Amino acid sequence: MSLTHYLVLAAILFAIGATTVLLRRNAIIVFMGVELMLNSTNLLLVTFSRMHGNLSGQVLAFFVMVVAAAEVVVGLAIIVTIFRTRRSASVDDVNLLKS
Amino acid sequence: MSGFTVPEIAWGPMVPVMVVLLTAVVGVLVEAFVPAAHRRAVQLTLTLAALAGSIVAIAALWSDTERTGGTDVLGGSLVVDGPTLVLQATIALLALLSTLVVADRVTGGEDAFAPAAAAVPGSDYEELARRRGLRQTEVFPLLLFATGGMMVFPATTDLLTLFVALEVLSLPLYLLSGMARRRRLLSQEASMKYFLLGAFVSAIMLFGIGLLYGYSGSLRFADIAAATATPNGMEGLLVVGALMLLAGLFFKVGAVPFHMWTPDVYQGAPTPVTGFMAACTKVAAFGALLRVVYGMLPGMAWDLDVVLWVVAILTMVVGTVAALVQTDVKRLLAYSSIAHAGFVLTGVVALDDAGLTAVLFYLLAYGAATVGAFGLVSLVREQGPGEDGTTTLLGEATRLPQWAGLGRTHPVVAVTFTLFLLSFAGIPLTAGFVGKFAVFSAAVEGGAWQLALVGVLASAAAAFFYVRIIVLMFFTSPHDAADDAPAGPTPAVGAVASDDVADGGTQAAATGVAVATSAPERATTTVAAGEGLTVVAVAVCAVLTVLLGVAPSPVLDAIASVAVLLP
Repeated sequence: MSLTHYLVLAAILFAIGATTVLLRRNAIIVFMGVELMLNSTNLLLVTFSRMHGNLSGQVLAFFVMVVAAAEVVVGLAIIVTIFRTRRSASVDDVNLLKS
Repeated sequence: MSGFTVPEIAWGPMVPVMVVLLTAVVGVLVEAFVPAAHRRAVQLTLTLAALAGSIVAIAALWSDTERTGGTDVLGGSLVVDGPTLVLQATIALLALLSTLVVADRVTGGEDAFAPAAAAVPGSDYEELARRRGLRQTEVFPLLLFATGGMMVFPATTDLLTLFVALEVLSLPLYLLSGMARRRRLLSQEASMKYFLLGAFVSAIMLFGIGLLYGYSGSLRFADIAAATATPNGMEGLLVVGALMLLAGLFFKVGAVPFHMWTPDVYQGAPTPVTGFMAACTKVAAFGALLRVVYGMLPGMAWDLDVVLWVVAILTMVVGTVAALVQTDVKRLLAYSSIAHAGFVLTGVVALDDAGLTAVLFYLLAYGAATVGAFGLVSLVREQGPGEDGTTTLLGEATRLPQWAGLGRTHPVVAVTFTLFLLSFAGIPLTAGFVGKFAVFSAAVEGGAWQLALVGVLASAAAAFFYVRIIVLMFFTSPHDAADDAPAGPTPAVGAVASDDVADGGTQAAATGVAVATSAPERATTTVAAGEGLTVVAVAVCAVLTVLLGVAPSPVLDAIASVAVLLP
């Protein structure tokens, strides 16, 4: 199987993640979409790393995992706080700030 | 496999950043080990000392950098050259002033942050925490972590460091936005919007980084620039990757079409935090944008010019037009900051040495006025009957009608705010004028006179809404403004919030009080003195704004003497 297949898979996963972010209304699901985008990028990086024969891409992939974990900590804290206040995690209910 | 080569690290030039980040780590330990009663004093001292120490370290590095042109640190992941030092000094100085505003306890020993950010708004636990005088002193380490990330962001010449710095500066800001003491639902909402959009955009940016890596096989800006010189048949990756990377940077500077978060987050976040992120994030992100456009993608200048032009024009026009119709001070300043991002972009588009100096000066001038303006907004308060019948200070009076007549009741505050507004508008003898003049003349010299023309027209239109506030403060009496206001003295936002919660059927009354602007029928606008920290910060900002406007040449010369980007 050629390496291009991995790139196509990464692009498809990224598109699914982006669509999830744009279409789903539950903040947790939206956030899962973001995580899918990050992980598709990891696949992309590792594949390119293999193609170019150097390790920079793999190193970046490790950093992405760490950053994604940190993002989960902050993100879930914010979403849970909102949920406890409003009894809803829908991004449509969060609409007080308007001009 | 070859053995591991230890990278050569130049520790000296890293001191400004290290001081800030290490102090942030110490700040986290302080939270764990210092008794609650002393925490605020310790944290405040540490934070101010770290930022001041960082500025001193930058001053110590200055002459060396001026002589040698700069050094690679960490094997080229960071580069400490003239623009880096100028941007780091600007960020550290603005963060120092913001820290004063953040630390100030304006209303009866209460600062701008929730006593317990995790408590449900309006709950018994929150009330208990308030009565016990609990404080969220974690804001200081968070502030330092954000500042550290911002200081790395414009210094990086490596996509990996760029991404990590972006996250280090963003994550603390997401949290800080959600910690307001009053109007907590708005604050939490701002936090969630900022977080979801920020995470989305940084994922897009990361995919762009991946594509650029695929194109060039390296994460270094210089290697990517070298790769763009020789076509290898994968230009599609380069173009798409560069655009996705730029999208992330445009989001951070608040440029159209990635500006939608700005007004909501600026309005919802605690005002001291808004001032901090409006000023410092913009400085850091523009520094990174400069390096990406001119360090990494000079081979694509022809293609990118179109993008930068369109974004710059849209940003100026949309920011100005939307600001014309705002009725909330913080929201208005948010749209004005979008317009300012457009003005700086004109300088970025037309980059030569003069343009670089102009952009760096503009960022300093804009930052000083921004921190000062938001500092003043945090002092202008509603006043109403308190629990025991005496008049007490309530939340911030951010609706524009509430600012009517402020020039008569509190002339000093009104005059200072006018000074900042004039600087935003670019009136002569203020720093904003020198910045705008430098940026637009650099654009004209760089051949982008059409951009400069749009910029001048947008500035003229922007002057209208700045002057509208000035007229409101000095020439309108409070009663006229109250009659004009469609909603009357009842705060529209608060009413919506209460209804919203009531519909949900939970804690209707209690949360409604916590959410609402707490303005009773007879609430009047007044100015709180606070502990004097905000006053000091605002005074420094005002002095900077006037000094940079009256005698800008020493600063301009100093910046120009080091304004060369190392690859």
